[in-house]
Order: sequence, then C-alpha cells, then structure tokens
Amino acid sequence: MTEKRHLLSILVDNEPGVLSRITGLFSGRGYNIESLSVAETVDPSISRITMVTKGSPMIVEQINKQLNKLINVIKVSDLTGTKYVQREMALIKVNARSEHRAEILRISDIFRGQVVDVGIEHFTVKVEGDTEKINAVLNLFKPFGIREIARTGGVALPRENK
Amino acid sequence: MELKGAQILLKMLQEEGVDTVFGYPGGAVIDIYDALMEAGDINHILVRHEQGAIHAADGYARASGKVGVCLVTSGPGATNTVTGIASAYMDSIPVVIFTGQVPTALIGNDAFQEVDIVGITRPCTKHNYLVKDVRYLARTIKEAFHIARSGRPGPVLVDLPKDMINAVTQFKVPGEVRLKSYSPTYKPNIKQLNKVVDLIQKAKKPVIFSGGGVSLSHAHSELTELARKAQIPVTSSLMGLGGFPGTDSLWLGMLGMHGTFRANMAVSECDLLISAGVRFDDRVTGKVDEFAPHAKIVQIDIDPTSIQKNIPVHVPVVGDCKISLSQLNSLLDKEDLGGVADQRRPWLEQIEKWKETTPLAYRQGDVIKPQYVIETLYDLTKGDAIIATEVGQNQMWAAQYYHLKEPGHFITSGGLGAMGFGLPAAIGAQAGAPGVLVVDIAGDGSIQMNIQELATAVQYKLPVKVVILNNGFLGMVRQWQELFYERRYASTKFVHTPDFVKLAEAYGATGLRASKPEEVSAVLAEGIKCEGPVIMDFIVEPEESVYPMVPAGAPIKKMLLV
Repeated sequence: MTEKRHLLSILVDNEPGVLSRITGLFSGRGYNIESLSVAETVDPSISRITMVTKGSPMIVEQINKQLNKLINVIKVSDLTGTKYVQREMALIKVNARSEHRAEILRISDIFRGQVVDVGIEHFTVKVEGDTEKINAVLNLFKPFGIREIARTGGVALPRENK
Repeated sequence: MELKGAQILLKMLQEEGVDTVFGYPGGAVIDIYDALMEAGDINHILVRHEQGAIHAADGYARASGKVGVCLVTSGPGATNTVTGIASAYMDSIPVVIFTGQVPTALIGNDAFQEVDIVGITRPCTKHNYLVKDVRYLARTIKEAFHIARSGRPGPVLVDLPKDMINAVTQFKVPGEVRLKSYSPTYKPNIKQLNKVVDLIQKAKKPVIFSGGGVSLSHAHSELTELARKAQIPVTSSLMGLGGFPGTDSLWLGMLGMHGTFRANMAVSECDLLISAGVRFDDRVTGKVDEFAPHAKIVQIDIDPTSIQKNIPVHVPVVGDCKISLSQLNSLLDKEDLGGVADQRRPWLEQIEKWKETTPLAYRQGDVIKPQYVIETLYDLTKGDAIIATEVGQNQMWAAQYYHLKEPGHFITSGGLGAMGFGLPAAIGAQAGAPGVLVVDIAGDGSIQMNIQELATAVQYKLPVKVVILNNGFLGMVRQWQELFYERRYASTKFVHTPDFVKLAEAYGATGLRASKPEEVSAVLAEGIKCEGPVIMDFIVEPEESVYPMVPAGAPIKKMLLV
C-alpha cells in the first residue's frame, strides 16, 4: 500500500509527560514522525500538537485510533484533504561572501524572508510559509553553502467557512 | 475532615469496594502500611516477591471480576511489578498498582530506591499517574479505578511520593469521574448489527471466534444463545476459553498455533467469521494473508484500535461484547430462523468429520503422558476447577484437554506469555474465589520462577493445588528445537532440578509424586482432597510435544499433526 503524508492536529491535556506518551506511542509501534510542534492553546490547560506523519491508510487509521486511546488526548484531527492553513518558520544560516550578498538578499526578498543576523561571511535569514516554500528557499540557498538550519515544524489550523 | 495521604488512600480503597490488597512493604510505603494496621476491613496479603503481588492481583481480578489491587515500594519494588503489569495490559485485566516514590523534593536526584516508574510503565499501562499534590490524591485514585475497569479494562499505576502519603489535607469523597478525553463506546451501531444479521442468514459456513473480551464483559450467555439460535460453531482464542461451554456440540476447541484440527480447518474454510472480543493475535492468525481467506469478517470489540489492526474487516462493530451480542440476538429473533438448522447441516457434518478423522490425541504408554494428567484432572473435577497455568507446553495442554464451562475459570498469561505467572495468579484467584478448587498447571521450568509464593499460600491458608508436568526440559523451546533446530537442545535441559516433594514440605505444604501412569489418578485425587496447598509432581514423558502445531508464520491450515 502506498504511504502518504498526513498532517495531524492533536489537542492534549497540558500536563507533564503527555508529549512523552505520544512520542512513546510512535516509537513503540514503529510509526514515523516527520515533524512535531507543541504549544499551549487559548485554554492554558490544553496544548495543540501539530504533527506530520507518514504511513499506509491502515497505519494512519491505527495512528489515529491509538492517539485517541491515550487518556490525555482530547481530540485528533487529520487535516489532510481538508481546508487548512499551515505555516512553518526556518532560520537559515547561509554563507554570504561579498560577491553573493546581493543575490542572497534578492532571493530572500522574493520569499519575503528577513535577515536577522549578519556577519562578515554569513547571513541568517528568517523565512516563514508552508513547507514547500521553505524547501524552495533552501534549494536556492544551497549553492552558496548552508551552514545551519533550524526549522520549527509546521503548525496548522483548519479554515473556517467564509 | 482532615486526613493524611495514607488515610485518604485507604478511605478510597474502601470507597471502591476493595477488600484484598496484594503487596510488599518498603521504606517509601511504610506509612501506608502503618495506616493499614488500623484498616480492619482490608485484607493485606504479604507476598514473597513483588512480581507475585501483581500476578496475584491479576488472578484475583480474573476470578472475582473485581479490580485487583497491588501495593509496593519505590525503586526495585516498583520495577519488580513491571512484568506483571505488562501481562495484565496485554490481557486487558483491571488492576490498580500503587507504588511508593521518593519524596517530591528528591525526584530526579537519583535518590535511594528512586526509579521513574511512571516513565517505565507508560507503554504497558492503560494510564498512569504521579501524585504531586495531596489535594488531588482522592480524585486520582477514583480516576484510576474508573479507567482500570471501564471500556477495555487494563492496569493503571499510581505513583505516591512519600511526602504525599504524609501530607494532610481536607478529605471529601470525590464525585463521579468525568474525563473530557475518555468515554468508551459501549453501544454498538445498529446499522452495523443489521449487516451482521443479513450475513448470518446468507452464510452457509459460518464460525464464531470469541476471545477474552467475551469473558471480560460477561457475554458468555449471549454468545451461547447466538451460537445455538443460529447454529454457528464456536472457536476461541486462548483468552476466550470458558466463554463458551467446552462440552457443547457446537464447540470447536481453540484456534491457532496449537488449535484443534477442526477449528483451524473450519476457520480456513468458513464463509463468515463473527469475531467478538478478539484482537487477531499472530498466534491465532498464523500467516495473515491466508487467514479465513473465504470469509466475510465481522469484528465486535470495545477498543477501536483492535479493529482492522492486523487483518482487514468487512463489518466492524465498536461496542461492548455483551450489549452487542444481546442486541444481535434480539435482531435475529425478529427473523425467521426456521430453516437454519437444515441449512447448516452440511457444514456441521463436515466439521464432525474433521473431528473424527483428526481429533486431539496422544498415546498413553509406560511413561506418564502430560495430556493424560490433564484429562484425568478434568474427569476428577468435572470441569469445575479454576485453572491457572504457567506458560509453555503446560499451558497449551491445559487449554486443549481441560474443557472449561465458565468464564473466569481459565487464568493464563495469554498475550505476554510470562512464565512464573501461574502460582501467584492461582493464589490471587483463590483469594478472589474462596471455596472453589484452584489448580495451577505448571511445568518444572516455570514453577521455579515464582516458587517462593508457596510460602504465601501456606501463610494465608489459600489451598491452591499445583500440578507440575515435570519433563526436565523447558518443553516448548525444546519442542521448537526438535522440530526446527535439528534437536540441538541448547540450554533447555535442566541438569539439576529440586525435589519438588521435599520443597513443598519445606514450605509447609504437602508434596506428592506420581512416576507411573497408574499412580496419576490416585495422586490427583489425594492432592485435591488435601486441605492446604499441595504440589503434585508428575514425572512425564520428557520429549512429548504439543500437537497440532502450526509453525510460526505458516497458514493455520498447515498443521503438523501427531
């Protein structure tokens, strides 16, 4: 069966150990986590976990059910195939010698990036958008030499009816 | 009312109807034990090893239908329960485990007898708690019992730091538990059940496959009603034994690796498989792709994760087995089932033929055959005993030759397969079912894993009878070595084994032995008659194997026969 990427939005009790229950479930059962981001919601007793996972339909069905089975998991939504907005942020430290600086800035501008740190031989650029956009920037920066990357992993919310 | 944490714990145990606790004291729980001295209505059974405590609590829960309770100290006390917790988790047994913990200020400091037991048991408990504020203690305990016994039951662990046990707070019995993220589905979807009714009427070769869930939800009478009403033969997993009367003409015997020929054949040939309270474990399915290849599969289970986990299912029904089967029966009552007996005749005749050509069999010669011991035990007890087992050949022979009548009478570590389970579980079962004959069927290997609990049985006058099928080998592994490793018996032969009769006497129990077939019946009869705990040592054929056998990963139709 073909494996597909799924974007899950999981509401959980904001308590110590809850993240470990979830990651433990994934490692114990051999499921994939491609990215993960966790933070408090409007209600401080609840956190939202946004996760990208990958698997065959049978596995993804199991992931959904197994997550729901955890006592601290309040709701699991699979946003894949629904209308949602997704954003991710990346900090990219790229080599920037004088002859390349202009071009790097141009690329950054095209993607509405922002230089947040400058050195004699590098820029650190902040880019924000969906995963594809960040991958595109990384691709374009690659020829200059990327020193380090920090990515947040995606966060997402379903769109409301307009 | 202001109470200390330890007193709140005991109040809540009383509140939950707990009258028996299996435990072992230690530094971190000394204050609980101190308070326990004044709680007259809670019977504490002091085991000899914490693993014994958790297995006993498990056996108690299975035999009594109540939640088993286990109390141990921090660190090694807690880690010693892990095997038993994992076993209870695999078999969905409601148990609440209280572990001591170092004072909250010391947590994380590698303090003496500190271990992160909540971290360790996360994957093998239904849920677990670390109590960090004594004000939440009562509610936490209430939740623990609620979670353990509701939905698909399971073990819940509550870790109690020493300062929480000693802290004082206002105590009020907490109200009903409402958890925003936990509400098991008991009632099945009626549309799904209607599909099952339709399938039952169309099926020519149906089989019911029942599991531990039927026993756990006390659905045995509903199951029996369904089978008889619609004339459907019944097989079960190891955990499901006792859910359907083992003497009924519709009974096929157990399914799977050591299932009967007719059960494995029937499932391989059937056109409808109605499963209830099972999870299609690999020991049952064999090669998944060739499991019930011609059948529409119905799966009734309270746990959605059990459905479609291992095999594709045509009609999933999420719900409690008892409620689902009872509703299914009501729906069937509205249909005309007049012709059903005729319609099923060819199928039932085929099954009868399989039974005649290839029954469970062994040849009793000059040396005692283990199967003969079990069969004689069955005859002597008329199937009324509670049977606990260890793990391995003894367990499989018990499953094959002791025909169970009722649920809660077969106490075995099914999913985890933990050797050393039987004796402490039998002790727990005896505490939970006083007056009922409890027999632990053991091998000479597994009995040595928790033999120390014989002292517990003697001290508390829990008259369990232990039947050791003594073949001098770790028999099941030896059997695999014989069949698949050219008889290379690597580390499966016991060069030295204690004298179990003397050992029994040393513990203050009775020891009996049979070495010849003609002694078997008399030894069993005498052992059963004895007042206290008994060990009966049966010197059996060393290289007897369990048949039929489906090699791991093969289709269940491909059985090795005697």
